[in-house]
Amino acid sequence: MSAPAAPSSALDRLSTGLYLRPRLLLGLLLGPPLLWLGVVYLGALVALLLQSFFYVDQFSGLVVRRLSLATYWELLTLANLDIVIRTTAMAAAVTLAAAVLAFPLAFYMVRHASLRVKALCYLGVMLPLWSSYLVRVYSWKLILAREGIVTWLAERLRLGWALEAVLALPVIGGPSLSTSDIGTFLVFLYVWLPFMVLPVVAALERVPPSLLEASADLGARPSATFWRVVLPLAWPGVVAGSVFTFSLTLGDYIIPGIIGTSHPFIGQAVVQHQGTAGNIPMAAALTVVPVAIMAVYLVVARRLGAFEGL
Amino acid sequence: MTHHASPAGGSPPPAGALSGVPAVRFAGVGRAFGEVRALDGVSFEIEEGQFFALLGPSGSGKTTCLRLIAGFEQPDTGQVLIRGEDMKGVPPYDRDVNTVFQDYALFPHMTVARNVEYGLMIRRVPPPERRRRAEEALALVKLAGLGARKPGQLSGGQRQRVALARALINRPRVLLLDEPLGALDLKLREQMQVELKALQRQVGITFVYVTHDQGEALSMSDRLAVLNHGLVEQIGSPDEIYERPATAFVAGFVGVSNVVEADLARRLTGTPQPFTLRPEKIRLADPASGPGDAREPTAAGVIESTLYLGAATRYTVALDGGGQLLVVRQNAGDPGRPWTAGQRVRLGWARQHQQPLG
Repeated sequence: MSAPAAPSSALDRLSTGLYLRPRLLLGLLLGPPLLWLGVVYLGALVALLLQSFFYVDQFSGLVVRRLSLATYWELLTLANLDIVIRTTAMAAAVTLAAAVLAFPLAFYMVRHASLRVKALCYLGVMLPLWSSYLVRVYSWKLILAREGIVTWLAERLRLGWALEAVLALPVIGGPSLSTSDIGTFLVFLYVWLPFMVLPVVAALERVPPSLLEASADLGARPSATFWRVVLPLAWPGVVAGSVFTFSLTLGDYIIPGIIGTSHPFIGQAVVQHQGTAGNIPMAAALTVVPVAIMAVYLVVARRLGAFEGL
Repeated sequence: MTHHASPAGGSPPPAGALSGVPAVRFAGVGRAFGEVRALDGVSFEIEEGQFFALLGPSGSGKTTCLRLIAGFEQPDTGQVLIRGEDMKGVPPYDRDVNTVFQDYALFPHMTVARNVEYGLMIRRVPPPERRRRAEEALALVKLAGLGARKPGQLSGGQRQRVALARALINRPRVLLLDEPLGALDLKLREQMQVELKALQRQVGITFVYVTHDQGEALSMSDRLAVLNHGLVEQIGSPDEIYERPATAFVAGFVGVSNVVEADLARRLTGTPQPFTLRPEKIRLADPASGPGDAREPTAAGVIESTLYLGAATRYTVALDGGGQLLVVRQNAGDPGRPWTAGQRVRLGWARQHQQPLG
């Protein structure tokens, strides 16, 4: 304020009042997000957790609102365990592949690309996120279908036999890419890759180039520098990215519904139970599974020192 | 500036020094980054066991010289030789040199001990020996007992010492230091200058020290090269560089100097030979006190301004007939001193202090 004697408007007095009471300002700023997170988001989670402890009466088919572990016992049937294991295995495979693909790209973007090329890389990584998820998944269906581009290209390159060999693999193979787990994996990988690239880029940006030079200066070959300096320092970024790719794969129900086998993933099972079957407790219990898996995942990551570099 | 030991009486010859072969030799080295010529045909030699400083303003090419020795850069033209061996195509990890980086470049995810051991671990030295040597190296830089800390828990001065220990533990042929004291405050910097110099004598390793601080270069090095715009302006011992600057740039960059151009030189000395003259070599006298030594050059003028420096005062004297000279006199407590602005003075100096310029 230029002149202290000037008559202050109501807005000025409000500003000054808030400036002098930083706690009040903090409360006003944090109120809405806390209300949202605390009541709407956490409330929904608690309601979900509560639902999972109810159960469906075998004869009437009605939900019994009494606390019980019956639904969780039912979760342990072979069919349900198969769903959980296949979904978790898919999430792990997608996460691993995303990390392996994202790291070199992120390293190139941070260490070697010019500003212009880097901007283009960012655009390339982000661009798919601007268009509808459904459109992209359906276009992958066209790409991977038996009459699609991949089959056509493989035949033109006289590599039809290789494609057949891949599809003949047990468990993950199938009649065509669009109706096999390989297809589901490819589409998951495509859709979630940006969520791995961006945190790894952010982590690598924070590694000063002089550390790589220092490692080389002390006698380390590039491979040793990668394992001992680059990867440990970028690890929090990889873990952050893996939290995205892992949890997003665990919860998705659209991609495996469009591309892949008829065996359901967790998300699809949730939809079936709460929609068609009307078994809300079972749907809730199945939803708790990814939450539990993620909790275990984060605890293990923490034990492995993933967050020490933060 | 404090007195420094004469370079000749300094470092003992290091063990295993190959007689005659310089530790580092630059032979016509050129390096350009796009349009910018960082080095433009630079040649010099660094003797085994010497404390050698590369002095210059930013952009002079001194850090490029260091990076060429370390192997982070390759020369476009010419050769960089370490102990007589051409280093062309040899990567940093195959060179027997180590670097203390300007930002220290300590690995933040490792403890101090693991940082110091890093070079030995890479070379697969067994853990017990590696631990013992790391403790020795930390003791050498006066950080014994801090091995379990992370670099983030140390002060700037301590990090600097860790970087030093991490480099020295490998017993390199040449230790490269890139403005290692630049981030420290003045008191700590002066203390580290003394310690670094003592450490270099103790370990006998060739030190190549990059700095833009002329005081640091003069007080620490046995020899130094002054660089400017990618060229070596002068190489010599600190007193040679200070007392007999070869170029106007060296005279102006190393300490403060008067550069006397041809016109003024003719008026002052009778010949148009340009020269430099250090301000502390010029005496001031009261014009009323009678003529000075007739064989020495003299001039008359008026004190235009004074700059009080504590131990000394710097005077700008406007000469009769144009031109000005800087004069520095000690504040030794003589009556009527320091001089004040506006006073008329007579200046005199010994002809031998005039350093002719080419």
